Amino acid sequence: MSNLQSLYYYWPELILTVTILAGIIADLFYAPKDSGKTMYWILGGLILTAFALKLAADSPVATLFMGSIALDPFAWFFKMLIIAATVIVMLMSSKSTELLNYRVGEYYVLMGIMVFGMFLMVSSIDMIMVYLAIEIVSIMSFVLAGYLKHDLSSNEASLKYVIYGAFSSGIMLYGFSILFGLTGTTKLFEIGPALAAMDSSGNFAIMLSAVFILAGFGYKISAVPFHFWTPDVYQGSPTPITAYLSVAPKAAGFAVLIRFFSAVFGSNNSVMAGLVPVSDVLPWPHILAVVAVITMTLGNLVAIQQESVKRMLAYSSIAHAGYMLMGLPMMSSEGIGAVMLYLVMYLFMNLGAFFIVMYVQTKKDGETFDAFSGLGWEMPLVGIAMTVFMFSLTGIPPTAGFIGKYYLFAAVIKAGPTFYWLAFAGAINSVISLYYYIRVIRHMYLIGERSESIHVPAMMTSILILALAIPTVVLGVYWTPVADWVSNSLVFAFPAM
Amino acid sequence: MHSLESYLYVSAVLFALGLFAVVTRRNGIAVLMGVELILNSANLNFLAFARFGGANFSGHIFALFVIIMAAAEAAVALAIVINIYKNFHSINVDEVSALRQ
Repeated sequence: MSNLQSLYYYWPELILTVTILAGIIADLFYAPKDSGKTMYWILGGLILTAFALKLAADSPVATLFMGSIALDPFAWFFKMLIIAATVIVMLMSSKSTELLNYRVGEYYVLMGIMVFGMFLMVSSIDMIMVYLAIEIVSIMSFVLAGYLKHDLSSNEASLKYVIYGAFSSGIMLYGFSILFGLTGTTKLFEIGPALAAMDSSGNFAIMLSAVFILAGFGYKISAVPFHFWTPDVYQGSPTPITAYLSVAPKAAGFAVLIRFFSAVFGSNNSVMAGLVPVSDVLPWPHILAVVAVITMTLGNLVAIQQESVKRMLAYSSIAHAGYMLMGLPMMSSEGIGAVMLYLVMYLFMNLGAFFIVMYVQTKKDGETFDAFSGLGWEMPLVGIAMTVFMFSLTGIPPTAGFIGKYYLFAAVIKAGPTFYWLAFAGAINSVISLYYYIRVIRHMYLIGERSESIHVPAMMTSILILALAIPTVVLGVYWTPVADWVSNSLVFAFPAM
Repeated sequence: MHSLESYLYVSAVLFALGLFAVVTRRNGIAVLMGVELILNSANLNFLAFARFGGANFSGHIFALFVIIMAAAEAAVALAIVINIYKNFHSINVDEVSALRQ
């Protein structure tokens, strides 16, 4: 579709752009202490964008802007997921005490820009767009991670993030340049056939570029061995941003990984046809499976040793990236669908867990396990909600996390005996993770004295906690709407050749 | 010297130097310079491939966008480094460690 025609289908993003600009301008007129009101502008704009997306749900599956942006239900699914995560995190941020001493207008604007970047990430089908989208998201998150300018750990988080982020996107770019050299095009759907038509003399170059590109995507979803930044950045950033980084950019990272690898290294250009290696240089399914197992094992084993709950959740999010990677080696519709379903469940449980950590930080002035001692008796609502989130992150029925894991394991088993070991490793890891999740619950109810007085969080906080805890339970019992939504979203734009 | 290979050699050397700088340097600015080297080696690749690979402008456009992004990234990264220097009085990436390893 030509550029002008494309704009007609691009109006959700246009609304988002106008929102961001309006937020920047509105922020100029607020006194520093009122700067938080910028949130309402961005929040309103995001809700309008969601409505626009809803109205555009039946638009045709097509490629926009001369084949650089895909307009398909797959991207639509992730866009909705990203908006939901952003709205929740913005409401979380408004309750954060860490941010009180700073002018927060820009904070919300930067989050708005990140949403735009992630919209591009989930719909790019051109290497230039993939790179630009990843960089937009990265640069905004560097700033957000270091938003607490006077806080040493936030400073350190942003420095480590910017170094690792810039480095891995540079490596990825070098991979792109090799791929461009081999095929002479930047369009993902033209690269695939061009690679398939090559003889074996290019094998080494293909392998090199694939490894470099995997480094860039692996960094975005914090897969081992590209995870080094995760614990420090997650621990040092403001807690709402940690929550955000662990959900939204990770979801977008999975979307771009699925799209890129199925289009470029898939067998015949179709996402559903299975990820068969182009040449026999690299056994893709097995590499992804091994990365998945190492990621989840390392995440879980190190999470056990943590004393800070926030840092423990950082390692736990690495482990969850590993679980989700289990769905990719098959590149079947079940596998990809399971990853998407897991991301929905993960959104509620992980944002919920981080929100409780943030709340405890403000009340107890700490995020260690000791700060959680006796919490269940003192704040019953917080205790029960945290218990739900921890059970769900472990994958115990009847919670959302169990359904997510069930779909992932089912997809792995269905792929045949080749990957039984993968399911087995995933199951063992779930058991290991039980230890450190239960430890939080143990601290809340069994350690520390029982407090006589009961503390009830403020109304907005309680509503937000319930809004995250209730879906975590309900989706564990009644998940059909999500499963339907996911299976309807497994449609990919495919340019006419 | 006017063949594709010579350009690719230069870019590979640049890439290796950038990688070396990122891994060995402890000064924050030097690490960022290493990253710039890596970005520019990729740019050189894009331009060389576009020049020798036929009349395809995608490579030029890609390089142009990379330059813009590198500028934006450098601006943010230097702002972060300046802030680090204010608070830690050092830009040695090893000394900046308030968080538990």
